[in-house]
Amino acid sequence: MALLERAPINLLHWFLGLLGFFGVPAWILAIISALIIIGTIIGVFLGLFALTSVMERKILARVQNRYGPNRAGPFGLFQPVADGIKMITKEDLVPRTADWIVHLLAPVVMMVPALMVLAIIPYGRDMVPVEIDAGILYFFAVGAGTEVAVFMAGWGSNNKYSVLGAMRAIAQMISYELPLVISAIVTAMIAGSLSPSAIVAAQGGGGFVPQWFILTPWGFTAGLIFYICALAESNRSPFDLPEGESELVAGHLTEYSGFKYATFFMAEYVGMFAICGLFVTLFLGGWQAPLPFLDIIPSWCWFFGKVCFVAFTMIWVRATLPRLRIDHLLAFAWKFLLPMSFAAFLSAACWHYAGRGPLAWILSLAIVGIPYLILGNAFTNRFSVSRRTYLFSE
Amino acid sequence: MNIPGSGILKGLAVTARNFAGSYVEKDRLTTEQYPEERPKLPEAARSFPFLVYDGDDPETGMRCVSCKICEKECPPQCIYIIQDRDEAGKALKRPKVFDIDISVCMSCQICVEVCPFESIRMDQDYELSSFDRFGSLMLDKPKLLKSNTYYHSIHPTEAAETDGRIEAERKKKEAATAAKAAKAAAPSVVSVPLVPSQPKGRA
Repeated sequence: MALLERAPINLLHWFLGLLGFFGVPAWILAIISALIIIGTIIGVFLGLFALTSVMERKILARVQNRYGPNRAGPFGLFQPVADGIKMITKEDLVPRTADWIVHLLAPVVMMVPALMVLAIIPYGRDMVPVEIDAGILYFFAVGAGTEVAVFMAGWGSNNKYSVLGAMRAIAQMISYELPLVISAIVTAMIAGSLSPSAIVAAQGGGGFVPQWFILTPWGFTAGLIFYICALAESNRSPFDLPEGESELVAGHLTEYSGFKYATFFMAEYVGMFAICGLFVTLFLGGWQAPLPFLDIIPSWCWFFGKVCFVAFTMIWVRATLPRLRIDHLLAFAWKFLLPMSFAAFLSAACWHYAGRGPLAWILSLAIVGIPYLILGNAFTNRFSVSRRTYLFSE
Repeated sequence: MNIPGSGILKGLAVTARNFAGSYVEKDRLTTEQYPEERPKLPEAARSFPFLVYDGDDPETGMRCVSCKICEKECPPQCIYIIQDRDEAGKALKRPKVFDIDISVCMSCQICVEVCPFESIRMDQDYELSSFDRFGSLMLDKPKLLKSNTYYHSIHPTEAAETDGRIEAERKKKEAATAAKAAKAAAPSVVSVPLVPSQPKGRA
């Protein structure tokens, strides 16, 4: 099993050794090695994207008691191929009044950060493509680039719906970035490092009780906040207002067709997987197996299994919740998630200084529980629907 | 004080139950996989008219006598009939040409209701799309003629009723001919009516 565990790394080393044997200079080997790693990661994530695009439709269909796509290939698994051919062969429309350079660049600018953030995620034991000490900082700094891309798409299209969608997207993404970052900081604070691999290592050990951060009161709170904000950051339902078709046609995607649209779509899904990967790294123990004897399954399988599970829950949430209204959305971020993320922050600090024992549990549970009940009730009452009274009839 | 977020959990439970249930309970999935599975049409379903014939041969078993009532009654005038004639030019009780343009037909079933010979009935075939705009939507006699067995297979109740009516008609006719024959055979002694019979309904 150790063979399978290290298989991807050994395969790479074997291949580079072979090239070295034929007298390829070391600096070319370094470039080839980097390209192979990049190619593998992009390949894996685009494969996941293709699989998810059909699985999402199938899962949504099953929730609604339908079959979903099942015509193209066995179980409809070739649906992404059919979709791809359709997307590529479609006409690429650019509005006459659009700023065509910005219009053209927006999908590219969207795609690049989505792929770049994949560099710092630990996919398995000793499998971090780029080991950066401030990896989490890098993730959020680069990930913020998608906001620019969304606004470029809205502005470049020169269409009022696009601009409105882009404005909404900016408002939403910036609002949700704050609780997202604070809830991520909580884990960095307990692990004592901003490096993703150190955070994963801090969740290891512990024998038959997994030491994952999600299994502590503060970690559960921070994890939930992170999850909600991840939904908002990747523009997924119930936070998909920027492209709410009932009021904005398709938001910033209105004027996009053909392959540019496909690129946006792809970037959105890869971004979703990246943030799922970070969620797994920060809260679900990364590549660690839940129980010691389950180590026989390779660590990278555990990582991708967890990522797929989180992606499944995102689809599940999409199948369940309706879209929010923009003022509810922003109020939820500023009035509920932000104070709760501060509470999680405080709770984590108390947990650490109270010795991480039973007392720490009670203390940290109280620090997140009480604000949750108070804030939550205040928030739900604020938006509860009162009975409609009529002025003249009745 | 209720627990905030419990409504969302309830909703997630409902969707999860539907998701899992769709794999376990087959009757949750009501979708018909169309080309493989065909819908079971209700008996009253109708598409376009066809002509019924008895027996095996469409030409001899044809019920239509070319009375042209349907042609005259058809609101969109999609029926076209030419009566057949023999060499002497005498009209025969069968159509030479019977065309229905189903691109014009509106499936109103008036032709069926007016037909006194139970000859024209509604079909259930709905897979009529074609690449040929004129030819394949213009149904001529060979395309329109379908057997009584087929009629029984699509509208069992209605077909049984029709058969009963035809049978009753036939028996009445037979009885009338038998009576006539008996009357012809027996010498006419009795019953010369004193008052000539009047048409019914006119007092």
